[in-house]
Amino acid sequence: MSSTTDYEYQPRTRSGRIANFVDTRAGVSPMVKEFGRKIFPDHWTFMFGEVALYSFVILLLSGTFLAFWFDPTMTSLEYHGSYVPMQGVEMSGAYASTLNISFDIRGGLFLRQLHHWSALMFVMALSVHMLRVFFTGAFRRPRELNWVVGCVLFLLAIVAGFSGYSLPDDVLSGNGLRIADAMLKAIPVVGTYMSMFMFGGEFPGLAIIGRMYIAHVLIIPALILIMIVVHLFMVVVHKHTQYPGPGRTENNVVGFPVGPVYAAKAGGFFFIVFGILALLAGTTTINAIWNYGPYDPSPVQAGSQPDFYMGFPDGALRLMPGSWPFSWEFTIFGWVLPMAILLPLIPIALLFVAMFAYPWIERWVTKDNRVHNVLDRPRNAPFRTAIGAAAVTFYAVQMMAASSDLIATHFHVGLNDVTYWLRAAYFLGPILAFIIARRMCLALQRKDREIVLHGRESGRIQALPHGEFVEVHEPLDEYKRYRLVDFEDYQVQPARANAKGKVTGMEKMRGRLSRWYFEDRVAPVTPQELEAAHGHHDDHEAVGAGSHKAQLDK
Amino acid sequence: MGDHRDGTPQHSGAVVTSDGAAKNQFPDPGLPPHRPRVTDVDPKAAKRAERQVVLLFIISILGSILFFIAYFGIRVDGPIYDVVNTEPTSQLRLQNLLLGLGIALGMFGIGIGVVQWARTLMPDHELVEERHDVRTEEQRAEAQEILTTIYDESGIKRRPLLRNTLIGAAILAPLPFVGLLRDLGPTDLTVLRHTIWDEGIRLVRDPSGTPIKASDVTLGSAFHVVPENLSELGHHDGYLDEKAKAVVLLMRLDPDKVNVSADREDWNVDGIFAYSKVCTHVGCPIALYEQHTHHLLCPCHQSTFDLTNECEVIFGPASRPLPQLPITVDSEGYLVARSDFHEPVGPTYSQRGFAVRDMQGEAN
Repeated sequence: MSSTTDYEYQPRTRSGRIANFVDTRAGVSPMVKEFGRKIFPDHWTFMFGEVALYSFVILLLSGTFLAFWFDPTMTSLEYHGSYVPMQGVEMSGAYASTLNISFDIRGGLFLRQLHHWSALMFVMALSVHMLRVFFTGAFRRPRELNWVVGCVLFLLAIVAGFSGYSLPDDVLSGNGLRIADAMLKAIPVVGTYMSMFMFGGEFPGLAIIGRMYIAHVLIIPALILIMIVVHLFMVVVHKHTQYPGPGRTENNVVGFPVGPVYAAKAGGFFFIVFGILALLAGTTTINAIWNYGPYDPSPVQAGSQPDFYMGFPDGALRLMPGSWPFSWEFTIFGWVLPMAILLPLIPIALLFVAMFAYPWIERWVTKDNRVHNVLDRPRNAPFRTAIGAAAVTFYAVQMMAASSDLIATHFHVGLNDVTYWLRAAYFLGPILAFIIARRMCLALQRKDREIVLHGRESGRIQALPHGEFVEVHEPLDEYKRYRLVDFEDYQVQPARANAKGKVTGMEKMRGRLSRWYFEDRVAPVTPQELEAAHGHHDDHEAVGAGSHKAQLDK
Repeated sequence: MGDHRDGTPQHSGAVVTSDGAAKNQFPDPGLPPHRPRVTDVDPKAAKRAERQVVLLFIISILGSILFFIAYFGIRVDGPIYDVVNTEPTSQLRLQNLLLGLGIALGMFGIGIGVVQWARTLMPDHELVEERHDVRTEEQRAEAQEILTTIYDESGIKRRPLLRNTLIGAAILAPLPFVGLLRDLGPTDLTVLRHTIWDEGIRLVRDPSGTPIKASDVTLGSAFHVVPENLSELGHHDGYLDEKAKAVVLLMRLDPDKVNVSADREDWNVDGIFAYSKVCTHVGCPIALYEQHTHHLLCPCHQSTFDLTNECEVIFGPASRPLPQLPITVDSEGYLVARSDFHEPVGPTYSQRGFAVRDMQGEAN
């Protein structure tokens, strides 16, 4: 460091002096060097992770304000605030202070609604970000661990949301806790004790709000924060992925430097997200707890809905027939197994396991262990896109099932019929989605081939001397063409014998899966093919030279 | 077809095969030529963009001022009636709207302004940066060497007794903190078996607490009922815990239309039946009574119970009928319980089978 030598670096400008002061004490110049002009690729699909991050920042901000006034106690008191319909009603301190924030703290209602909308936005953006990462294959080596961190964040976000939703101690969230209690109790042998430990005795007890509170404001946010730091650290280590295109390779990053363009865009985007959430909080009521009343085990509203991210387990519970064709509650030597609750949760648990393990599953099937910094366009990985579509459909059917009663009342159809249809969709929907998504990908790939080989439809119609009308096809320039042909043509990797000359059962299964993945595939156009196509055209009249025969070749 | 396993990180993802890659693959034409924006070539357009950004920043300033006008300017005084008396409620709504709009404009102005600045006035040349391997082979070798040195110098390998006792100590040391969790809750599960219903306890309306005469219960009506002794419990004596188990639905049905099993013949009063209101699925209150079909419907997961068949499940995810509360009338003609429920109410728990066995033993 220059500070130890006799003659120090003497900055001339004032900002230079400030920078020098900080640098000689904190040593930040290597960081500026590293990050100041770091290149970030730009694409609109990269924004969802940003939205999630910014929503989380806004959650921390609005949540801190709410904590100044919220009182996480279940001690009972008589309400004497400004909200007349509740005056004189016995309620917990938690519910009373939530009313107080809504009606007696200026801007309190705004903060509550900002917090709730941000929470919904956080989970939503995080989920869409995960889908983007999945469908573009961004989870592949070297980013498998970051995918796992993302999956953990997804689970934490749901727990954070549910724990916060329960804090106001209103009728709606109380019933949510009631359901959580029953799901805990359904766990064989230890579940009952877990419930007793969580609630400090029987449901609802006097402990749960205080315990949820400390989890919601300390434990879970701290875990989320740690995970976000790890997540972003790994993004820096790996550098961001980029979509395929001319000039973009596995060994470079094409995009904008952090300073000033990327920082301005990303920083500005934070304020845009904040603006959207503030607009929602100012204009749209959410979780009007004053209409529900304080928690009481007797009443419940028809059409009760959890927040959307709790929809899929709730819907799973609704879809399971508990007494058809026989009672799904089995007693074995006095131990009771409530399979009506456990059974529908098993596929959800498996879905989560598969989600965590997917990078390794795909690597095992494809035998592709290379580093991937260039993303797949979803159509160029039909197998993966189809699996993702099936999983999304499976999730969506269960989420819809959580609103089965509202679907029935809004569309004037029988509630039981809605359930029967959704039960069918639970099994058939993912299969159909898989087939349709795969076929769509293959069709899009063929269309890409078509465009590369025969040019783009220009929309210009030419009349030929003999009265025939044809559309002129224009050839692509080499940049656009490269975008359509730059993808990897995976092939079936049949089962092979291992070193001992034996084909193991596992390997046979892998071979079958590989065939299932890659049996139907569309290869990218090669230069020879394009040449052949051109040659073919030349017999008539070449494509691009105002060809009027081009489209007739099809 | 190349071997996918030995592709090196240096390979472009586009290049699958090592042989004839150049022939089978279109060459990368490199970055497309940069096309200048209007603001790059036309100083007037650049000036216009600058004015737009300035305008957006001014909107932001106005938005923040709007927030303070709404915060201090709008008084939300007096009682809030929500629907009935619209005056303070509409003030609250207006204030909330303007606070939101103020902050939203304050944020939007900055956000859109800065993004517009970046899009129109900052350079839009795409730059290329080389990627480096996550780590080089040398680094790995060095790190491994360091770890080996640490491992050797610690002597942990040469002194296994030291290592093993440390492992033992390290496993035990955190256990006290697991143990400390023990008193999060009690482990006596018998509380789940009983409610505060008992012989002679009157059925009273929830929430008014007034007792119910058999003659009050007309055909087709339904009552939300709690035990009379519930009101003796204070909030800290487990009022909510007991209410969560003791809530009951009371209905009168045409006795000719109802099937009653032999051991429950004296559990109803001339077609007045009392059933636990707590769903046997996951415990929501069964709040919906469909009069003409004699069905009870849980609004949470739509389990449907048939009143004419001792509340057996006819649809939905519940696996067990609702427990019935045996009732009779006392000397004054009020409805009272004959006993507690004969099984635990509410959702299933693992040990429920033992509870049912014991409770039936007690009953006999």
